[in-house]
Amino acid sequence: MNKNKSGQVVLNAPYLLWSVLFIIVPLIFVVYYAFTTADGQFTFENITTFFTSRDYMYVFCMSMLYALIATVICLLLSYPFAYCMSKTSASVQGMLMLLVMLPMLMNLVVRTYSWRQILERTGILNTFLESLGLPAVTFLGSAGTVIFGMVYNYLPFMILPIYSSISKVDKSLLEASSDLGCNVFGTIKRVILPLSIPGVLSGITMVFVPCVSTFYISRIFSEGRIVMIGDIIEEKFYRSGAPDYNIGATISLVLMLIIVISLAVVNNFSDNDEENSSGGIVI
Amino acid sequence: MKKYICIIIAVMLIVGLFVMSGFGNSNTEVDVENPEYYAEMAEKLKGTTLNVFNWGEYISDGSEGSLDVIGAFEKLTGIAVNYTTFDSNEAMYGKMQSESVSYDIIIPSDYMIDRMRSEGRLKEIDFSKIPNYKYIDEKYKGAYYDPDNKYSVPYSVGMVGLIYNQTVVTEAPDSWGIMWDEKYKDNILTFNNPRDAFAIAQFYMGIDINSENKADWDKAADKLREQNKILQGRVMDEVFDKMEGGNAAIAPYYAGDYLTMADVNPDLKFVYPKEGTNIFADSICIPSSSQNYEAALLFINFLLDPNVAVANANYICYATPNTAVLEHPDYDLAGNEFLYPENQDEIKTEYFHNLDPKIIKYFEELWQTIKIE
Amino acid sequence: MRVLRGIFIALILILLYAPMIVMLVFSFNSGTGTAVFEGFSLRWYKELFLYGGDMLGALRNTLILALLSSIVSTVLGTVAAVGISKMKKQWTKSTIMSITNIPMMNPEVVTGISMMLMFVFIGRILNLINSVNFITILIAHITFGLPYVILNVLPRLSSTDKHLTEAAMDLGCTSVEAFFKAVLPSITPGIIVGFIMAFTMSLDDFVISYFTNGTYQTLPLLIYSMTRKPMKPDVYALESIMFIIILVLMILLNIIQSDDKKKGRKAS
Repeated sequence: MNKNKSGQVVLNAPYLLWSVLFIIVPLIFVVYYAFTTADGQFTFENITTFFTSRDYMYVFCMSMLYALIATVICLLLSYPFAYCMSKTSASVQGMLMLLVMLPMLMNLVVRTYSWRQILERTGILNTFLESLGLPAVTFLGSAGTVIFGMVYNYLPFMILPIYSSISKVDKSLLEASSDLGCNVFGTIKRVILPLSIPGVLSGITMVFVPCVSTFYISRIFSEGRIVMIGDIIEEKFYRSGAPDYNIGATISLVLMLIIVISLAVVNNFSDNDEENSSGGIVI
Repeated sequence: MKKYICIIIAVMLIVGLFVMSGFGNSNTEVDVENPEYYAEMAEKLKGTTLNVFNWGEYISDGSEGSLDVIGAFEKLTGIAVNYTTFDSNEAMYGKMQSESVSYDIIIPSDYMIDRMRSEGRLKEIDFSKIPNYKYIDEKYKGAYYDPDNKYSVPYSVGMVGLIYNQTVVTEAPDSWGIMWDEKYKDNILTFNNPRDAFAIAQFYMGIDINSENKADWDKAADKLREQNKILQGRVMDEVFDKMEGGNAAIAPYYAGDYLTMADVNPDLKFVYPKEGTNIFADSICIPSSSQNYEAALLFINFLLDPNVAVANANYICYATPNTAVLEHPDYDLAGNEFLYPENQDEIKTEYFHNLDPKIIKYFEELWQTIKIE
Repeated sequence: MRVLRGIFIALILILLYAPMIVMLVFSFNSGTGTAVFEGFSLRWYKELFLYGGDMLGALRNTLILALLSSIVSTVLGTVAAVGISKMKKQWTKSTIMSITNIPMMNPEVVTGISMMLMFVFIGRILNLINSVNFITILIAHITFGLPYVILNVLPRLSSTDKHLTEAAMDLGCTSVEAFFKAVLPSITPGIIVGFIMAFTMSLDDFVISYFTNGTYQTLPLLIYSMTRKPMKPDVYALESIMFIIILVLMILLNIIQSDDKKKGRKAS
């Protein structure tokens, strides 16, 4: 028993130390800035400024909304994809998984540039539409395109965990289900769906979180017409001529808390599922 | 067997990727004036590392057979150069303010130099160690941001103008007013940063771009709000693709960059609006945190050398403050009508000045509100 | 049904690969811009290999950083995941998991800035000239790679049979041996995915790198700083080469894996 304990310590100590040093301590700096003025005085003013500013609240709500829509679309695309993937042969599955990951390895700026070339007014897609005799569409600059950009960029983050959990579902369970008279959809609904919940939750987290705080994608796809909360944070810290770390830290802190709360709610939905705690994200 | 072949190919590819990143034998041969001076200094400074912080794509890098300035300096002096880049004055300033890194050379713009100078973040430059300073045009010395010529050496200068596509804008415009013309709805672009975007409205309305009066900024903000519904977008470097591909017809940008765009799309024309426009001067400075002062001076001298400066001027495409370059046989842009307009004196130009942080905050908030609407 | 599934998979792949195709095509552009395709040429590849020293140097920096940081986070993360999976108390487990999730939930700017503030603070105490440098960017990359490893390894651990270790130990293995012989093989897929994700995140990170890099220039930093001048197709050429190399590597990896599986099946 004692040996077991010391083994535990050896296993956990490095990571604990690491996370305290490089996760907790930097976070304390964020909290410090959120509750102080520029000269280091304690204050609640940043918080009140944030919550009373019409602009901030509007942008904040819109960002949540966009991220939510993007996450839902990702889920709607990813689930069937992951399911179809799991139905292919083993070697095809491996190949597909690699193919899904590959685009993520390319540079974000280059990917975004390429999309702009496709979606521009005189871009590739419009040239194609016109050759079919259809009217050209202005894609760039709209909210839809920003959401599309987020979906594109984070789709693999949804596909991979869902696929991973679907592929773990025991084959014999599926056979049993069809033996018991379930059709394909019945099997999906009664067997695969419940068992893949952990993967779905992981996916939601990995997509929703970066979507809420995204900035480069929204700036380029909206042609500077739509501001997201990530843009504001970036501006306060990085782009501003009068950097305001205090309000920047406040926005980030609020954003983080909201994310934690919303994910906790999502996770609670399936709390009765005992496997959930090992499904990836636990709040 | 198949497995081992695969592993071998994989290892070769990975090694190849690393080897590839060791390639790049650029042109590093340059005849400098006064080579003895470099030799003498090199003796002393060999083995030091110089940290240079510059705008992205703002130095001749050896592409298309041009001179690799950094490589040439390293070869000439044996001083290693650690070259990093930034994308805006503000981003650069953020790093300097945090005092997390010590740079030896930075190349910010005018108003940022003013700010850093007044905050004591710059070292005085010992010009006796920079014999090539004599090539700097007198008209760029003693600018407001460095009235006593102590802290900066001009590197590259330029002006903002109006770029338009003549197939859409058939009548040559002469005023910023065209950016508010409803006829060109969805064809107008503007800068995606507050200072530059405000400046256009301010010039158009005859307001001082360096006003410290909040009411002036409010007025300009109202004007920008008017523009919202006819604007196609707010862009930075995307403007190149936009204008070259004919996706937009009107955009303000720098004269030197217009030349690049016009190469691709000859329908693009350029004009300096009559209300006046913004002029900028990016200058070389030594931050007070510099650890290699001597090497930094040598590097500045190297940048001012006619053969080096001409490579940079050709690459960057902005106007040069170096008189030796203007007469240099290799200079492609000598007498270019946009970089060096004949009626230069008639064009009203104005530098950005360093403003009170309260004002900066104020117009940045206005800008945010404009964008959100 | 099968055909429908195939079509759906193909559609999503087209969506994922559309920009890659544009990138590949425009890397062969003979013109200077990325807006208009003027004709086919190898100009930018030649350019890249002959004169693209700065870009290739930045690529080398990026690869070294990504490789080092992802290896460290994979090792550290796997050990941590094993530790977490053995925890008995629910609350310690969930606390640790919440901490693990923080780097993923923090907007990148905040992670970057907060780390910079801390490093600067430490630098002041220790009186360092460069308080951010290669070590700090490495630490930052390891830190944001860790959750991806842990989150991919943990589910695998919980699905492996808890009695596996006991069985191995009954057969005379020490607990360390039992881990390497019994547990490790079954969690390897999770480790590989975690490693690839950590590698990916590091390879393309701009924001956190910007604040923690010191004078260590990576490729994303270089590309991102090109926002006053146009992006030239040589960037496309570089990314295209990387794309092809990684694609080939992945195919090879897949062949090796399926080869192993076949052998395994034959043996049994």
